[in-house]
Amino acid sequence: MTVNTQSLIKLFRSVLPAKSVISDRAALRVYECDGLSAYRQVPRLVVLPDSIAQVQGIMAVCQEHAIPIVGRGGGTGLSGGALPHQDGIVLSLAKMNRVLEINRLGRTARVQPGVRNLAISEAVKSLGLYFAPDPSSQIACTIGGNVAENAGGVHCLKYGLTLHNILGLKVATMEGDLVDLGGESLDSPGFNLLSLMIGSEGMLGIVVEVTVKLLPIPKSAKVIMGVFDSVQCAGDSVAAIIGQGIIPAGIEMMDNPAIRAAEDFVKAGYPVDAQAMLLCELDGTHEEVDDQIRLVREILSANGAVESRLARNEEEKALFWSGRKAAFPAVGRISPDYYCIDGTIPRKSIGEVLTEIYRLSEQYQLRVANVFHAGDGNLHPLILYDANLPGEFEKTEELGSRILELCIRVGGTITGEHGVGVEKIGEMCIQFNDAERNQFHAVRKCFDPGQLLNPGKAIPTLARCAEHNAMHVHRGELPFPELERF
Amino acid sequence: MAEQTEGQLVEQVMEAAQAGSPLAITGGNTKSFYGREIIGTPLDLSGHRGVVEYQPTELVMTVKAGTPIQEINRELDRHNQMLGFDPPRFSPGATIGGAVAAGLAGPGRPFYGSVGDFILGIKLLTGRAEVLRFGGQVIKNVAGFDLSRLMVGALGCLGVLLEVSIKVIPKPEDEITLVLEHADEDDAVLAMNRLATTPLPITSASWFDGLTRIRLSGSRSGIRAAKSEIGGQQDLNGPAFWTGLRDQTHGFFENDQWLHRASVASASRVFCKEWPQLVDWGGAVRWGCFPGDNREFSRAAKSADGHCCHFRNGDRTGEVFAPLDAAMMRFHQQLKAAFDPARVLNPGRLYAEI
Repeated sequence: MTVNTQSLIKLFRSVLPAKSVISDRAALRVYECDGLSAYRQVPRLVVLPDSIAQVQGIMAVCQEHAIPIVGRGGGTGLSGGALPHQDGIVLSLAKMNRVLEINRLGRTARVQPGVRNLAISEAVKSLGLYFAPDPSSQIACTIGGNVAENAGGVHCLKYGLTLHNILGLKVATMEGDLVDLGGESLDSPGFNLLSLMIGSEGMLGIVVEVTVKLLPIPKSAKVIMGVFDSVQCAGDSVAAIIGQGIIPAGIEMMDNPAIRAAEDFVKAGYPVDAQAMLLCELDGTHEEVDDQIRLVREILSANGAVESRLARNEEEKALFWSGRKAAFPAVGRISPDYYCIDGTIPRKSIGEVLTEIYRLSEQYQLRVANVFHAGDGNLHPLILYDANLPGEFEKTEELGSRILELCIRVGGTITGEHGVGVEKIGEMCIQFNDAERNQFHAVRKCFDPGQLLNPGKAIPTLARCAEHNAMHVHRGELPFPELERF
Repeated sequence: MAEQTEGQLVEQVMEAAQAGSPLAITGGNTKSFYGREIIGTPLDLSGHRGVVEYQPTELVMTVKAGTPIQEINRELDRHNQMLGFDPPRFSPGATIGGAVAAGLAGPGRPFYGSVGDFILGIKLLTGRAEVLRFGGQVIKNVAGFDLSRLMVGALGCLGVLLEVSIKVIPKPEDEITLVLEHADEDDAVLAMNRLATTPLPITSASWFDGLTRIRLSGSRSGIRAAKSEIGGQQDLNGPAFWTGLRDQTHGFFENDQWLHRASVASASRVFCKEWPQLVDWGGAVRWGCFPGDNREFSRAAKSADGHCCHFRNGDRTGEVFAPLDAAMMRFHQQLKAAFDPARVLNPGRLYAEI
């Protein structure tokens, strides 16, 4: 450490008001983890800038003294992307939470990074517009965090991820530049740095302003529930709906353990004996939605649905969704702890992958409830465990890792929307080879030569992968297969 | 046309990198007018073609970069699907690799999405002759930096695209074009942006010579309802109009003048009224033809929160794209060095320094 914490506080106080520099141990604890609470680290300091100039001042201090910076929005991330660095500071964007400009005619809004996701839609609702990406944490997560993780949500299949709904970013870099990537126009000269920045997990720059695309609120949105006695039939229905040329606004699937947990919690009228359930939302003009609802009903029954229920009104629609939206906390009620996985697979493999997950669940003696964005093949298996039992968390992580390897094996990816963060850094060694990871590092150095932005996240070093691969599962084969793993 | 193996392409890049001799990447050679003029040994991708994988219900197609768009569309047609970004085919033979490298999308861009919006993954041959894969074949994927989309519009300056995985979409059940009369460009731009704030199945909006055209795509019933809401006359030549606009065979483009493309905030008004213009992308693109370079048009684009490029014709030895500020140029140069340290892949096609 080149500069001691007391001197660092003084340096930050020269660019920030004293109250915006947090150094009290108890107050620092608030920032020790994000939504992935299994990993914790108290940072040296937390700084809370409220202007671009202050952000740049902080970055200049850190650049000069080689202090790692971990950016943080709402702290709701599920991959430990905002986990503090032991030698570093947390740069919270929470105070930069203003909507700066709304352009109704051009359907854009310029906002600060600390604005909450849902607050954007709320700010433009009276204009008949909304911001499409809706991660389930949308009440609390911020747009800056959404950009860093390229957050998704239930409506991605039709409306895309965060990257499809961002027009521009203003970014402060470690070397003191303030650059505009994209803007109000639909493209910009030169390389597509806007796409590069989105989902870069706070490793290329600090986003200080975001221009989002707004969409007109659809005239009609209806939800239909499909009930199945096999997960395979539910999976086939999803493929059939899309094969018919229908792109639902959202199509979600839950398996029996997830249905039961959700029903116990919210009493949404879910079929507790069903093996799988689909929730399919269709939106558009009234005429279009009515046509599609008819078609979807036919497809569901042709693919073996035992029942399909159309939500008759707004209340029932909200009720249908309530169970899905509360699935995580619902699982939290039936188990002391749960661990959420975020792999994505080709839709055609849904049945096969679920069957294998159930087998692994048996093998590891850990219950798994599956909730997922079926339309885009994004799985969220929730592994139920008890952190107080010695070794159980490690066992859970290993099961999670095996599920992710399964995803890669069927042609998918280790993270659909939660990001790599610190959680899946080992699996990055499986998905990408040395040359590919070297390319990531080379790109990173173009923007942050000192590698001070969120070090240790997202892109593993070669040494880290050597270590990971040496001790780790390769192609589903554990080292020392003769040993019992639990 | 001889089939090219990946190995041959790798070898050619390796030799070029060792000798430090520039390569000019070509696919169908249909966009040679676009970007700066460069000199280099051709690296021909047209023999590297074919659909690698296509499963209609996955909405994903993986193709080799030299595959002609025509061939891709034929395959998609059979399953009633299409390329959402509808890339221009300035002449037959345009390839998917060229379309992605140029990053140009058709008139549906503001509504369907950009080229990059549909790119899921790539197989890339870098200037170090390494073959790397980024992204994947699934719609949601946030593992690692998004280097696939970084290639969109990079004009081959960061790597040679070998394969691309693309999200495809179902074709709409029906499509019609409505014509509204607006003598004034500003009125037209205002009208198309107002319409775009309402939830109607609009997929294109353009204005030229007093006529605003709006394309509606979707279910028959939905289009019928939208038609009565918007009004105007139905243009039965709609499909030909949009193709002509996309491929620049429309009369507006038929001359040897310098063609400028301004990409601006879609609702921008009073945009260089002295010259005839064609409005595309619901107001977000304004085309202008001039006897030479037109600085005033470029300045107007900048003041409309956008930028301007000299798209075709005229002298292309100087810069044709909007200048980058010092910091952006530095990032561009560093990225170039990170992918193509010997500067052999299309050097100078985008900017003289890249």
